[in-house]
Amino acid sequence: MLPLRERQRAFAAALTDPELPVPTGVLGRNGRCDVRRFAVYRNNVTAGLVTALGDRFPVVRRLVGDPFFAAMARAYVAGHKPASPLLIEYGSSFPDFIAAFPPAAEVPYLADVARLEAAWTEAFHAAEASPLDPRAVPVEDLEETVLKLHPSLRLIRSPYPIGTIWAAHQGEAEPQPPAAWEPEELLVVRPDAEVLVHRLPAGGVAFAADLAAGVPLGAATAAACAAVPGFDLPYNLSGLFRSGAVIGFTRQEARP
Amino acid sequence: MTNRVAPTIPARAGVGLKPQHYRQILDDKPDIGFFEVHAENYMGAGGPPHRWLEAVRERHPLSLHGVGLSIGADRPLDSAHLQRLKALVERYEPGLFSEHLAWSSHGEAFLNDLLPLPYTEETLARVCEHADETQTIVGRRLLLENPSTYVIFAESTIPETEFLAEVVRRTGCGLLLDISNVVVSATNHGYDAAGYLARFPVAAVDEIHLGGFAIGEDDDRHPLVIDDHGSAIDPAAWRLCADALGRIGPAPVLIEWDNDVPEWPVLFGEARKADRLLREVRHAAAA
Repeated sequence: MLPLRERQRAFAAALTDPELPVPTGVLGRNGRCDVRRFAVYRNNVTAGLVTALGDRFPVVRRLVGDPFFAAMARAYVAGHKPASPLLIEYGSSFPDFIAAFPPAAEVPYLADVARLEAAWTEAFHAAEASPLDPRAVPVEDLEETVLKLHPSLRLIRSPYPIGTIWAAHQGEAEPQPPAAWEPEELLVVRPDAEVLVHRLPAGGVAFAADLAAGVPLGAATAAACAAVPGFDLPYNLSGLFRSGAVIGFTRQEARP
Repeated sequence: MTNRVAPTIPARAGVGLKPQHYRQILDDKPDIGFFEVHAENYMGAGGPPHRWLEAVRERHPLSLHGVGLSIGADRPLDSAHLQRLKALVERYEPGLFSEHLAWSSHGEAFLNDLLPLPYTEETLARVCEHADETQTIVGRRLLLENPSTYVIFAESTIPETEFLAEVVRRTGCGLLLDISNVVVSATNHGYDAAGYLARFPVAAVDEIHLGGFAIGEDDDRHPLVIDDHGSAIDPAAWRLCADALGRIGPAPVLIEWDNDVPEWPVLFGEARKADRLLREVRHAAAA
């Protein structure tokens, strides 16, 4: 008798490779192999995952249209099965896949829009935390202060105006093309019930990423000023607080 | 922790909770027995799904229905997933907790479908081991759901109803009787649904599921019924449900509608229909 391990190995292999025949001993009504019956399982696996991707990447789907999206998603599903039953996490590598998917090359900003949508879902399901009132942070020794940022915070930088494109595709209205075709730096955060997408000034993403990595304010500011001449610290910092991205702070111990 | 209603699920109709209905459910305050959620949709760390579910749970009892544990897999259960289920049970105090007689994970991959099992002594032992582990770790009695299937296995030696009865006997778990799955499997494999139900270990049934299905054809042009939860409940399923309730007595009945989800009044209408059926069962029993 076929051991369970061997049965499930053969079943799973045929499920995910449509070139393989229906496994021996998998039977239809008359004790015969039945391709259409096995195809129900094959289709459930693929269609379910394609739907999950379409739900997570609605703007990408709208940008390329349903038939193209379905074909691209099927190609991804063929090589990327979920690693866990948490489908809310499925598709995290879809943006990278899109970036390397030759038929999508005509839409060069598509992968970055997908990154924004992936970040949006991550922020949606991230842990809760309450934004910090900036008045709670003492102004003395500000340089040594390490800010704690919101667990939902995600940062994205693109050579394309992906935040503008993404915003134009929310709602039912006919999307208008971006007025200016320029790079964008974006901050995604969910300080309360709603996910917010904010556009940051040049250098804003690198600055926020440094802070998120635990770099003290003084060092993060110095790096930002070196990278972007005229980096506006008060504007960037107050923007982070206003967006609800800061949830706490610690003081870095003075070095001996 | 809050002013929640008691967790106990009454012998009334409930429906699967869908995000598109959150707002209307909280506004309308429908008179409904309970709501059921797929556990995996609430396994994020935080965010709106939990906020909505907290609000719904305050007003209604909840049934927690897992779709990804893979109890029938040869491989060991995912201990992280068991811990996530345990955390949800502790957080939301569901009145019922259920999973499927099926497998969905193989090796490192989650295959995202409820796949069928051969019924042998080996799989019986494996399922019992996994059901035991689940009940021990999650800390709740598990209801195991009968599957809808499109194929059978040459190596199967135990009838499905006997298999389920033996899992109940060995592990003390209960059963979730999915009436639509009975119709689907009976049609697909050419046996009598009423006969299957007559052999079903009804004493262990603590919940009933009713879902929509679609009808196609197999290679031999025989009807092949697909369990897609994408439409209203079929009259054949309502009739079988009435028969089942006549034997079991009043029990919680859940309407499953997961694809092409209709407007709330349509879904709620199906629940009211199930409530009418439950009232008739009570009257018949009293008569």
